[in-house]
Amino acid sequence: MVSYAPAIRNMDQGRRAVAARFVASRVLIYGALLLWAFICLFPIYWTITTSFKSAVDVTQGHLVPWVDFQPDWKGWRSLGLSPDTIFQTSTVRSEFLARFENSVINSVGAALLALVLGSLAAYGLSRFRYKFGFMRNDDILFFFISQLILPPVVLALPFLVLYKALALLDTDIGLILIYTLSVLPIVIWIMRDQFDSIPVELDEAALVDGLSVWGVFMRIIVPLALPGMVAAFILSLVLCWNEYFFAALLTGTDAKTLPVMVASQTGSQGINWWSMAALSAAAIAPLAIIGVLLERYIIKGLTAGAVK
Amino acid sequence: MSTAAALNDGRHQPPAYVVTAGRVNAGRWLIVLATIALLALIMVQVLYVNGRTTLGFETWRPLLYAYIAWAAALSGGLLLSRGEAGERAMFVLPAVLFTVAVVIFPTLFGFYIASLDWNLSAFDGPKFAGLANLFELFADGSYWNALLNMVFYVLAVGAEYAIAFGLALLLNAEIRARKFFRVAFLLPFMLSPVAVSWMIGKSLLEYRFGPAATLARMLGWENPAFFASPWLARISIEMMDAWVSIPFIMILLLAGLQALPREVLEAAKVDGASSWQSFWRVTFPLMAPVSITALLIRIIFKLKLADIVINVTSGGPGGATDTVSSYIYRVYRDRSNVGYGTALAMFYLILIIIFLTVLLKATSRWRRVGGKA
Repeated sequence: MVSYAPAIRNMDQGRRAVAARFVASRVLIYGALLLWAFICLFPIYWTITTSFKSAVDVTQGHLVPWVDFQPDWKGWRSLGLSPDTIFQTSTVRSEFLARFENSVINSVGAALLALVLGSLAAYGLSRFRYKFGFMRNDDILFFFISQLILPPVVLALPFLVLYKALALLDTDIGLILIYTLSVLPIVIWIMRDQFDSIPVELDEAALVDGLSVWGVFMRIIVPLALPGMVAAFILSLVLCWNEYFFAALLTGTDAKTLPVMVASQTGSQGINWWSMAALSAAAIAPLAIIGVLLERYIIKGLTAGAVK
Repeated sequence: MSTAAALNDGRHQPPAYVVTAGRVNAGRWLIVLATIALLALIMVQVLYVNGRTTLGFETWRPLLYAYIAWAAALSGGLLLSRGEAGERAMFVLPAVLFTVAVVIFPTLFGFYIASLDWNLSAFDGPKFAGLANLFELFADGSYWNALLNMVFYVLAVGAEYAIAFGLALLLNAEIRARKFFRVAFLLPFMLSPVAVSWMIGKSLLEYRFGPAATLARMLGWENPAFFASPWLARISIEMMDAWVSIPFIMILLLAGLQALPREVLEAAKVDGASSWQSFWRVTFPLMAPVSITALLIRIIFKLKLADIVINVTSGGPGGATDTVSSYIYRVYRDRSNVGYGTALAMFYLILIIIFLTVLLKATSRWRRVGGKA
């Protein structure tokens, strides 16, 4: 109580100081927030606007459309995706769409496969006790999670040789298998966290009611774990969509994915900025949209198991 | 694991259905026969490839199907012979069989390839080279240079962590439009590193017209060449990688901050701690487990860094920005020698395993990764 007395006496003075400090800290906080938001968003803004620029606008560093420069469909026309070319045949566009389709098939296929395999394993590890030789539950879980440390480069060349022998080079199946293995540890991690948070009494009650072990899983647990499954699926989708290393080594023509196409364009000298910008914008658009709409699930997926 | 124990001790389990001796035998025979069939098929194919027999397949693809069929037979056999326990094993078995087929087997196979002199584009097949690749590796200055660069990249995770912590604190403060800022801060994580390579590396930082170069000139730096000198190039690459991955660390730390017990922070305030003190004495120590987790995962991913380097600098200038992955990629592209490339990769894998084991042991007191939570 004693320490309050001087505070009351200086209340007026103190209040003004506190207010000043409050304003200063607000300015600092919002300043920092805006600065970082600018750092995050400017490259995206730059890419999108550049896809509408002509050569002069690029070299003179014009930034703001309709103020600095008159936007034009230039970049998108070269991709065959501008309003005036969208109904004409375009080899670039069909190439782009083929790559886009491959990326969709690969990432959705791998994310689904990983989700099925990973959810089953995670549920088993969360509910039952296993003994495979010397391996107990914790060892099995560690065995799965530890796959995460394998750098792609370790598997890439053996896979090149194996896929050649298996005739899986340059196929969608081949890429799906390898993408599945790269996201499987993450799915298992997220899903075990999810299953651990569902009370085991639910399983027991359902077993008493006469459901089999698999019946419990399919009818009771899966519906409850759905948000976690969506999170694991979206996160896997993001990682597979952006993957470049394996795709660059293991595909040639047919199964090439979008990142490989973008990379091959970047490599060629003297490529037009506007078409590169349009291509990059088109490549990042699906995930940028997913990021804005499904941010909640991505955060849920990222933070599973890390915070308890 | 306590929850699992409760179910497993099985007070409430329905009586396990009777597994007759006949079923057990049928199950065992199924597994044995399927295994024999798979091994026989492998033998036939090996003999065919070596030219001993004329009976065999054009490619190894049928063996993939044989493995899948074997896996199905194994599952069926376990279900028959083990009953309830077999049903439980079915949850983990698919993932285990998958992982063995696509991770364990290729990794072991990789150690074999690493001992070969094998140029994929040449006509003569693999030649056994013993430890020759390993000796070449020790003499390969570029490889050691790439390893040294990895040390820099891993140390730079510390800076990424500091920035991410600051951002997490900002997002955790009482602010308006929190959702907007969170989405904006998360966006770089969603973008493909290859696209980022162009968007930032090849256009924003471009020497002639890039806005970043223009800005640098305005600020008085006459020659803003971001990829010309070794250290600058390395830092530029690191900045791009940080741009993509800071959101990930930030999200983990933010979740940690939100889970902090409020009473403790309020108690610190009541005790008259300044916000600076309460951060360093209360928040930061309480955040240790989350921080260690975030740092470990980030380091694991950092050790895989390749895409941005391959697409922006291809390791240049003079190998200054090379990561181990990008170097091996280039070695393979230039020489198509899978033997040597794999030897480099396997040596790297061993180094990583040692490094991470030490790191896991050293941090095991605070960490929550790896199952032994």
